[in-house]
Amino acid sequence: MYVAVKGGERAIDAAHAWLAEERRGDPAIPELTVAQIREQMALAVNRVMAEGSLYDPDLAALAIKQARGDLIEAVFLIRAYRTTLPRFGTSRPVDTAAMAVDRRVSATFKDLPGGQVLGPTFDYTHRLLDFALAAEGEAPPAPQAPARDEPVPHVTGLLDRDGLIEGQPADDTPAPDLTRQPLELPASRALRLQALARADEGFTLSLAYSTQRGYGRTHAFVGELRIGRVAVQVDLPELGFAVEIGEVELTECDTVNQFKGSRTEPPQFTRGYGLVMGQSERKAISMSLVDRALRWQELGEDFTGAPAQDEEFVLSHCDNIQSTGFLEHIKLPHYVDFQAELELVRRMRREAMQMQEAAE
Amino acid sequence: MSQPSPSETALRRDWISALAKAPPGRLAALLPDLPAHEMLRAPEIGTVMVQGRIGGTGAPFNLGEMTVTRCSVRLAEGAVGHACVQGRDKAHAARAALADALMQTAAAPRIEAQVLAPLRAEAAGARASRAARAAATRVEFFTMLRGEDA
Amino acid sequence: MNAILTGGFADPSTQSAHAFRALLEAMARPGRILAVEGARPPAPLSVAAGVALLTLTDATTPLHLAGAADCEALRGWIGFHTGAPLVAAEQAQFAIGTWDALHPLGRFRIGEPSYPDRSATLIVEVDRLEPEGARLTGPGIETEARLSLPETAAFRANRALFPLGFDCILTCGARLAALPRSTIVEDA
Repeated sequence: MYVAVKGGERAIDAAHAWLAEERRGDPAIPELTVAQIREQMALAVNRVMAEGSLYDPDLAALAIKQARGDLIEAVFLIRAYRTTLPRFGTSRPVDTAAMAVDRRVSATFKDLPGGQVLGPTFDYTHRLLDFALAAEGEAPPAPQAPARDEPVPHVTGLLDRDGLIEGQPADDTPAPDLTRQPLELPASRALRLQALARADEGFTLSLAYSTQRGYGRTHAFVGELRIGRVAVQVDLPELGFAVEIGEVELTECDTVNQFKGSRTEPPQFTRGYGLVMGQSERKAISMSLVDRALRWQELGEDFTGAPAQDEEFVLSHCDNIQSTGFLEHIKLPHYVDFQAELELVRRMRREAMQMQEAAE
Repeated sequence: MSQPSPSETALRRDWISALAKAPPGRLAALLPDLPAHEMLRAPEIGTVMVQGRIGGTGAPFNLGEMTVTRCSVRLAEGAVGHACVQGRDKAHAARAALADALMQTAAAPRIEAQVLAPLRAEAAGARASRAARAAATRVEFFTMLRGEDA
Repeated sequence: MNAILTGGFADPSTQSAHAFRALLEAMARPGRILAVEGARPPAPLSVAAGVALLTLTDATTPLHLAGAADCEALRGWIGFHTGAPLVAAEQAQFAIGTWDALHPLGRFRIGEPSYPDRSATLIVEVDRLEPEGARLTGPGIETEARLSLPETAAFRANRALFPLGFDCILTCGARLAALPRSTIVEDA
């Protein structure tokens, strides 16, 4: 029997009002501004932009404020807002070799054109809580040095010259778009990278770690990791030519893996690739490990049953909005479904008891 | 409609880009007065899908979208200006489109000197300041003498 | 130049919402003729066809221009106002032209069994659009509707492909009607 029920509007209104009050917290404490979140919680803003798949630091900061710091809820708000916007076009592929780098390191080569640039990294901090930050005060200005106006080429290009690493020749196959066509498997590498670029950081990290521990073993080196700004070029039909309409901050990771060769390919290094909006190197490294693990078929490797090799598993579960939507819906009213289950369990118990009695 | 020459296109591409990348507040301060105009396309907020390349150099893939605002205007004297700027600032898009239109009129030298030159200088300054901070974090390796070779 | 840059919706969000509602109504009630407004496309396009393009197409909907519709003024207008990429008939999600110009119809996508929606919508410019002539029955029609169609055989053949097939929007001046693939078309 299906019984439609209504009600709860007043309770919902009251819940929203209380939520707003709780969001604000103690009114004696100054309220956070969106600009403060954008400037001082930049890495949270970056994560919301990457997983929300929309580059707009002000919107991401607003979403974080509205979500009370729940980043997945903030990603949800960004995804919902994005659906209200028309898409005017597609950029030309960004040229990450021309990135104005804030950070650029290689774990494979010490000396390389452009140098090892640490950037504003946590890597060499002592991970000791800095109680000075609990007090107000200005940070001293960072030191500066004369910038060398030299190109910063991709490290993998150096190996490519000797044929020691698989090449990645330019190709203009149009990219499939996960947000416009339903996911179909097997997915192309371009489609997998789009899914991974917006995937949950925690899920991607765990999968990447699983490959390091032996589940779809890929012993990866970070060939290069770079963070910086690239110009975004768009062809505007009204002008008839492409113009730079802005800049985005990106994190790019190219990992290098040993490859023993196959019937068609000599032994060489293979690559995994990660590219993420904002400054998010944990995510970019994770993405390149998972990208590499998913390429087992293309490279003629064995499928060992590892989760990170299984594209259906990875692509179906990496999106935190899909995951949380399905997960959290089970707390919403399921009165009718449960009523049916209840009836069924009662009937089965009755039958089981009757059989037991008959047997005795 | 005569075809613009390649160098004219390059110049226009350059100023449209400088206007698009300008901080909205700075553009408003440098170009406070707006000439009479008609909106051909009122400022409209949307997105552009940003693409990367597999491995940095291979086939394109969709990285994610960015917000943009576009606008097209026509000045009373007929020049048409277009803008597509990053972000959601409608006044920025309208002002950038007007500046693009003005750059095609006799006002071009004035706009170049009063608006574009300062914007370009400030953008170069901001870039140089980041590059100088990055340069200070560049590692200068030195080799330590080791056991057997000592 | 001016013809290219003018003639779009002056108030895009409201006007496109009204136009979308009209197109929805037309698709849901095959044969019903509705008036639309707001677009002033260059010749040879009608107001209604312009409204349909402004409302339904954007940079992600490949569009085919058939026959006289494939002219420089219209290509420029579509580029500025919708950004729809212009493609061959085989790749089109939307196509626009007179009935004759759209032929042969076998070029257009009819979808796949698992994705019947991956098909083309044809915007057919007609000289007259009146509630008379061919008899229409099927989903969205209580008893029967009449609509002046350029022919019936092609629509019957299209109906036979159901759930595959193309959908049509017929435009004439500032009026439009629709003929989805689900409609059964018979001679008057």
